[in-house]
Amino acid sequence: MTRNLSLLAGVVLVGLVVGTALVSFVWTPHDPLLVDASVRLLGPTGDFVFGTDKLGRDVASQLMVGARTTLYVGVVAVGIAALVGTPLGILAGMGARWLGELIMRVNDLVLAFPALLLAIMLGAVYGASTLTAMIAIGVATVPSFARIARAGTLQVMSTEYVLAARAGGRSRWWIALRHVLPNISGLVLVQSSVSFAIAVLAEAALSFLGFGTAPPTPSWGRMLQESQELLAVDPRLALVPGAAIALAVLGFNLLGDGLRDRFDPRLEVRR
Amino acid sequence: MNSGAERLPGGRWLGDGWAPAILRRIVILLVSVFVASIVVFAFMAVLPGDPAQVALGVNATPELVERTRAEFGLDRPLITQYLDWMGGVLTGDFGTSYVTREAIGPQLVDRLGVTLWLVGAGMLVALLIAMPLGTIAAVRHRRPSGTAVSALSQVGVAIPAFLAGIILVQIFAVRLGWLPSGGWTPPVRDPVEWLRGLILPALSLGLVQGAVLTRYVRTAVLDVQREDYLRTARSKGLRPYPALVRHGLRNAAVPVLTVLGLQLATLLVGAVVIERVFVLPGLGSMLLDAVAARDLLTVQGIVLVLVVAVLFVNFCVDVLYTMLDPRLRRS
Repeated sequence: MTRNLSLLAGVVLVGLVVGTALVSFVWTPHDPLLVDASVRLLGPTGDFVFGTDKLGRDVASQLMVGARTTLYVGVVAVGIAALVGTPLGILAGMGARWLGELIMRVNDLVLAFPALLLAIMLGAVYGASTLTAMIAIGVATVPSFARIARAGTLQVMSTEYVLAARAGGRSRWWIALRHVLPNISGLVLVQSSVSFAIAVLAEAALSFLGFGTAPPTPSWGRMLQESQELLAVDPRLALVPGAAIALAVLGFNLLGDGLRDRFDPRLEVRR
Repeated sequence: MNSGAERLPGGRWLGDGWAPAILRRIVILLVSVFVASIVVFAFMAVLPGDPAQVALGVNATPELVERTRAEFGLDRPLITQYLDWMGGVLTGDFGTSYVTREAIGPQLVDRLGVTLWLVGAGMLVALLIAMPLGTIAAVRHRRPSGTAVSALSQVGVAIPAFLAGIILVQIFAVRLGWLPSGGWTPPVRDPVEWLRGLILPALSLGLVQGAVLTRYVRTAVLDVQREDYLRTARSKGLRPYPALVRHGLRNAAVPVLTVLGLQLATLLVGAVVIERVFVLPGLGSMLLDAVAARDLLTVQGIVLVLVVAVLFVNFCVDVLYTMLDPRLRRS
């Protein structure tokens, strides 16, 4: 697979998820929450493209609104992680040595609390919800941003233009904003895309376990969970949301890979 | 991430300077475990309302709540409670559940056994997939077969382990009836049944992790292939695979090892979901049951065990890493 192709495929798949979510705000084929016992467990028909579930709800409409939940969780979780992790990483790379060491040690400690575990802990204490899932995934993702940002910062700080800026008496703030941040933004963007994929998977797993989005709000993970008891009767109910999750994750991963090649010239030369 | 810097091909396993580096890692591990235990304890202590009330439910009389608080020592200062809990944990006593009134420790050990079998088998599946496929994808990266393996691993990464589990159950348990769809038989009771029950959960966990690992193995082998020493080996007349096995794999192992450690942590937590899919009596299902029953002391104990396990795995990776790559001893 050529690199541009993976970027293109990523853009198309992510575009599809974002487009579906946006369209769901103004139109869905049916009311995704409408329970209708007369149309329970229908296979795909002209009226119900992906059929209906055990309560007679339209699977396609739920899938569309579910895309919204997925993106919402992803945006907030990755937003938290990037906004906290990136400045911490820059600070660790630019600040005093002990400060950098301290930040990275705390970082390693946070790594010992994976998203799923954090979400279950938060759920145990405050009750599970989309909010606890987003916070848990966000906090658990902070270390990856801090690491990437620190590595990038250290690289930028060793360049001659930073040396020149320091010799010219520029303040640390000025260097951070003028040189470091613009130069590591590509890395942060790549990390965001990859983290988004991980967040989609984590949200699905949490909803599957009952620690994510609460009913009746449609969520891909919960659609999967609800399908499990009917697996022998109707595997379609599991395959449709499952494929949606896989395509979304694939899209964000491919997008991340494609962006990485754009922003990391070192890799381009080597290929 | 791999810095792409030059590597020392013939580094010694244990040379000068490894002892202080490892000692430093041990200190870091101990401090991390200590801080993590405070975090876990504090997390449960900030609970709105009190654990006894939570465990007994809203209908409990104030006298009963008070009696339960005294019985479990919840009326003592937080520091005393923490020290008491940690003191117990260090001797294997995780306390008595507020809900079931049974000792948590023995149950924890039983459940951990199931989870470790699952994680171990999952890791084995992942390695058996990733090592050959990743190497093939790297060595043939300009050919269709290499590209196909890369594309396949990309798709594999995108499939949630529990979805893989659901699909595998559908095929091998429901349709073909070859393997059980869930449940657990202890290996001492019936080894054959135990193995049959372990296959699908291990595959669900391992297939997806194998796909992730394949990509890292591919990158690591690609990096090594570009090294001068490998080019020298090839120019001496060694064919690609023997050259790689003799000169490249140990160097490729260094970055792969780090990922393997991180993955082991992912597997431990991923097991929580897989245990739910396959109804396995592991640590994960114990955790979910305890959360559902609002059994906070049990939740606290399980979370601590999982977090310490992750920290310990990372410690082992760091130590191995230090031994494999002599340059790291200096840092």
